[in-house]
Amino acid sequence: MNNMTSLHPEFLKGTPLMAGTREGYGDALLEIAQTDEKLVVLTADLAESTRVLEFAKKYPERFIECGVAEQNMMSVAAGLALAGFKPVVSSYAVFSPGRNWDQLRVSVCYSKLPVVVAGAHTGLSVGPDGATHQALEDIAITRVLPGMTVVVPCDYEQTKKAVKALVSASVPSYVRFTKEKSAVITTSETPFVLGKILPLREGSDVVIFAAGPITVLALQAATELAKSGLEVAVVNLHTIKPIDDFGVLAYAKQCGAVVTLEEHQLHGGLGSAVAEVLVSTYPVPMEMVGVPNTFGQSGKWELLWEYYGLTVAKVKEAVEKAVKRKNKND
Amino acid sequence: MDILSYKEIELKANSIRESIMQMLLTAGTGHSAGPLGLADVFAVLYFRILKIFPTDPWSMDRDFLFLSNGHVCPVLYSTLAEADFFDKSELPTLRRMSTRLQGHPHLKSLPGVENTGGPLGQGISQAVGMALGLRMQNRRNRVVCVTGDGEHNEGQVWEAIMLAAKYKLSRLCVVVDRNNIQIDGFTEDVMPLNDLKAKYEAFGFHVIEVDGHNVQALSEAFGEADSVYERPTCVIARTVPGKGVNFMERDYHWHGIPPNSDQAREALKDLRTLRGRMLSEHE
Repeated sequence: MNNMTSLHPEFLKGTPLMAGTREGYGDALLEIAQTDEKLVVLTADLAESTRVLEFAKKYPERFIECGVAEQNMMSVAAGLALAGFKPVVSSYAVFSPGRNWDQLRVSVCYSKLPVVVAGAHTGLSVGPDGATHQALEDIAITRVLPGMTVVVPCDYEQTKKAVKALVSASVPSYVRFTKEKSAVITTSETPFVLGKILPLREGSDVVIFAAGPITVLALQAATELAKSGLEVAVVNLHTIKPIDDFGVLAYAKQCGAVVTLEEHQLHGGLGSAVAEVLVSTYPVPMEMVGVPNTFGQSGKWELLWEYYGLTVAKVKEAVEKAVKRKNKND
Repeated sequence: MDILSYKEIELKANSIRESIMQMLLTAGTGHSAGPLGLADVFAVLYFRILKIFPTDPWSMDRDFLFLSNGHVCPVLYSTLAEADFFDKSELPTLRRMSTRLQGHPHLKSLPGVENTGGPLGQGISQAVGMALGLRMQNRRNRVVCVTGDGEHNEGQVWEAIMLAAKYKLSRLCVVVDRNNIQIDGFTEDVMPLNDLKAKYEAFGFHVIEVDGHNVQALSEAFGEADSVYERPTCVIARTVPGKGVNFMERDYHWHGIPPNSDQAREALKDLRTLRGRMLSEHE
């Protein structure tokens, strides 16, 4: 009944391997470079932190250090794409696509150029650096752009696959990852298809759509709720755009109640994307879990998640609320 | 493409100016001052300097012309038509729905449109990226990027300049349309640029200042730029905004507006008779 084949055995045992999604990004670039000589990597003075330093050392002729100049970096990447390369742009998401959103919009998207924008340090889990560096709006500002593909990978393995898929796809795209190490939820064998949902757990009472490392909270909540007889489906919605509307619809119909979960503002992210699909085709009771329209602050990431309501308890609360509303309607 | 003589280029520039006035009149919207001021620069570039192939516009052997101050696209479109990249009959469609001649250039919408431009600063960064990309492939194609002087208010422009200097992109030539105007007034009142030559030199460029209406001087400037190997070059072309049309010259109000039909008639008369000094075949 439960589709556990996608999940990593160590994770299922409760002793998950821990790895950084940014490591997945850096490792993917090194692997792609071996066979794709068109790959070039740019950074805005954040090589070590965005994990492209190894690439820079190994492929110095394909690495462009732009200094702290994100707007120039984005348009330079467009120019490199015009010259036939596949550029990947690395900085913290608050700066790229934050600061250089005009350049992403015009130089890249409107020009339809194959630039992959890698947004590091997303979510509250950035921690001590505080609000200025915690990207909570990046999904919203990228998915709204015509022609963008937006992916939010859930762990090291999925980040690797996502980056490879996006470089290969040769379209304007955005991939976000995190600062902290997180549980390896999937395996290297777990399928990854751009634009298609990845069911992680089957159920028919409620479905949780989640993306990013925060997906573990959904799985945890589902396991705990099973004890009280609720069967919660967990679907990893890694591709926010183009969204798998058929997949989303299928699970909305199967369960009749929806919860969304993201390490992002409630406004404009994954939850909004799901709502946009359902509201005109199959509106069902839906609850959203995310950052409640506030900036973050400095602190240890575990405490920040607790403080801003990114917890298993909050997810369970949302599930129970959605189910209650569903039952009231029946 | 044949290399034209200076005399022939001056005639081309005049023809380009006429096209600009006509297309702006028909469109009823668009920018007059910059395009008129840049007609000589574009004529020299397209008829004497750049390696271009109108019948094979995307040839890998071509030189690249990037337009960063995209709003002056009437001069780009007129020059491309003059150089047979497409037919002049399409020029009156500027800014109209479904046109290939977008109000601000859209990459590849027309043969010869090498970049999307409009938001100031993005074109020069793209040109730097292209120049870098060509060098990474050991290609020696030239990349010429036309910019506005007011455009240099944008920080991104200086970011691009720094990166070009860092990588010693000697095949990159930035042209500055130094016409001393921007939307809100004269550049030195709105946001003084002062000594642009000194600034560019301090940033690591080789700089050539030139009369933007002297086709011989322009040709020699681009020749000098071509021979510089150690650093990128900047050609500061001193131009008169609205050049060629008496009532438009030096008036910043003409930056962003087209002529009406009376004004266009006056403008065309100016252009066709060298301000009344000769008879025009149109009379």
